[in-house]
Amino acid sequence: MSETNNEQPMIVCRGVKKWFDDFQALGGISMDVDKGEVIVIFGPSGSGKSTFIRCLNRLEEHQEGTIIIDGIELTHDTSNIEKVRMETGMVFQQFNLFPHKTVMENITLAPIRVRKWKKDKADEIAVQLLERVGIPEQAEKYPAALSGGQQQRVAIARALAMQPKIMLFDEPTSALDPEMIKEVLDVMIGLARSGMTMVVVTHEMGFAKSVADRMFFFDEGLIVESGTPDQIFNDPQQERTVLFLSQILTH
Amino acid sequence: MTVTNQSAAPPKPPGPIKWARKNLFNSWFNALLTIVSLVIIYFILRALIQWVLFFADWSPIVEFPLLLMVGQYPREQLWRVGLSVSIFSLLMGVSWGVWKGLIQGFALTLGGFLAVLALMPYPLDFLTIDVRLLLLMNVGLILLGYWFGSARKPRGNYIFITWMIGAGIIVLVLLSGFANSRLIPSVPTTVWGGLMVTLLLAVGGIVFSFPIGVMLAFGRRSNLPVVKGFSTAFIETIRGVPLITILFMFSLILTVFLPTGSRFDRLLRALIGITIFSAAYMAENIRGGLQAIPLGQIEAAKAVGMNSLQINLLIVLPQALRLVIPAIVGQFISLFKDTTLVIILGINELLGIGRSVINSSPEFVQLQLEVYAFIALLFWIISYAMSYSARQLEIAMGVGER
Repeated sequence: MSETNNEQPMIVCRGVKKWFDDFQALGGISMDVDKGEVIVIFGPSGSGKSTFIRCLNRLEEHQEGTIIIDGIELTHDTSNIEKVRMETGMVFQQFNLFPHKTVMENITLAPIRVRKWKKDKADEIAVQLLERVGIPEQAEKYPAALSGGQQQRVAIARALAMQPKIMLFDEPTSALDPEMIKEVLDVMIGLARSGMTMVVVTHEMGFAKSVADRMFFFDEGLIVESGTPDQIFNDPQQERTVLFLSQILTH
Repeated sequence: MTVTNQSAAPPKPPGPIKWARKNLFNSWFNALLTIVSLVIIYFILRALIQWVLFFADWSPIVEFPLLLMVGQYPREQLWRVGLSVSIFSLLMGVSWGVWKGLIQGFALTLGGFLAVLALMPYPLDFLTIDVRLLLLMNVGLILLGYWFGSARKPRGNYIFITWMIGAGIIVLVLLSGFANSRLIPSVPTTVWGGLMVTLLLAVGGIVFSFPIGVMLAFGRRSNLPVVKGFSTAFIETIRGVPLITILFMFSLILTVFLPTGSRFDRLLRALIGITIFSAAYMAENIRGGLQAIPLGQIEAAKAVGMNSLQINLLIVLPQALRLVIPAIVGQFISLFKDTTLVIILGINELLGIGRSVINSSPEFVQLQLEVYAFIALLFWIISYAMSYSARQLEIAMGVGER
């Protein structure tokens, strides 16, 4: 991998604000993410964490502040937006696989249509990715024939097929049955250890402890507290952080 | 792990007697209903069969079969219609071989129709031995196409393009001809008629109204105010007017607007009228499907970097169309039957020809029922083939989906 962009962070956010009509969802978020860093964002529902991560590939438009992804600023410029989306993979809570395409087609569609790869090359990489997420035998099935955990792993493979520099995860395990959460987290942990830059919205604190470099606690559209997992779990500074952690860790 | 306690296999499907006892005679009331229904069905069927075989006089159909099929198309030029049927048969066969069940309904209908004519056990004037052989040859072409299609599996795109070219050649060159050509002299559409015209209008209407309907459906959902406004106004205007009015408007108003002397083909005017009418309904059917696609699908497609054209063509439209196949096919079938309305423009499609056959001699006036029954049967067969193919399409597209 090239080391050219080392001095420049992968993601730069400065004072990002966002309103839905009168409701302010983001009240000025600033955050830098370096190459290879794994960021975990957590917080109560309605705290703006999903809105924020969706702003990073402009599924939501921010109204104030700047977001720069790998040197490209997100503005109304459509070609910039498409460039950024090619470099950022996203995994959704509801998987959002394409139900009319097989697993293989789900993974190879964007590489063939957007990256303009030959089908052979796309197929080859798709097979490798299915191997990596542990379900090579499901390639020719349709998504509906797969379990939730398998679908989410296909979704991860689909995002990785574009060979993105950044992976965004928006509550990837929240819609899964408990016994399937681990298989998805294992894939994500492997990905984190391979040096991928990741921003993960999740309440899986075990995942955060084992691979996060930094954690951000969001509430009411603002970053309440940030730090290494060690600082957050063992020495939280803010009362709201303490309260929230006690709620999600003790049940 | 070993399974020690295997549960009993589900019972075998019951035999016919058991089945009848369970479903038809399981209570005295049900038994009574079954017997009454059987008696009614018996009398209706007996009357129908007796009428068809003994009482009905099929002479109008037997005497004017060509008129019903092709109208006044010059008899010495009939080979052009025959060649068109051959091209059509071959393409149908190839499509059947590639897409199997989806086309099967149409291929079998066409093949069965040709075979029945060729092997008709009664001597009929127009069914000379040559004609019978040619009809059989077309059946052979369907089978040849089927063999080629299943053996070679040509790509769907190529077949689609071949269909387009084939249809263009059939309609614009073969059937129309050229003014100063000796081999294929021009045949004005005013003498076209019968089943040929019905099928041309129906297929033309379907082929053109579908893409227009898709565009209107997207147009109505567009963010661009002009596109949205135009699409909405178009759809609502057309849907607010009966088809017969649209056909009248096209036959009358168009001649007012066009410069005097320019002749705008009557058949084409009818086709345009049917097309825009059907497109408006098609658009609303498809829009219903578009609206049912979850936003998450579009977001997922955006997230992998697709542009809006790719998102709509590859993700949204295929899923939307699958949802609305029943509505679209319903629209196609009603379009097919609505082609009978062009009779008011003086176009002699199947029903119009049927009426002129009836009116051609006083004795035929008493045989209206036979003529209309025959026409109804033709309409029913083709509509049912459409319906059957649509069900196959649903099954094929439903594989492995939610």
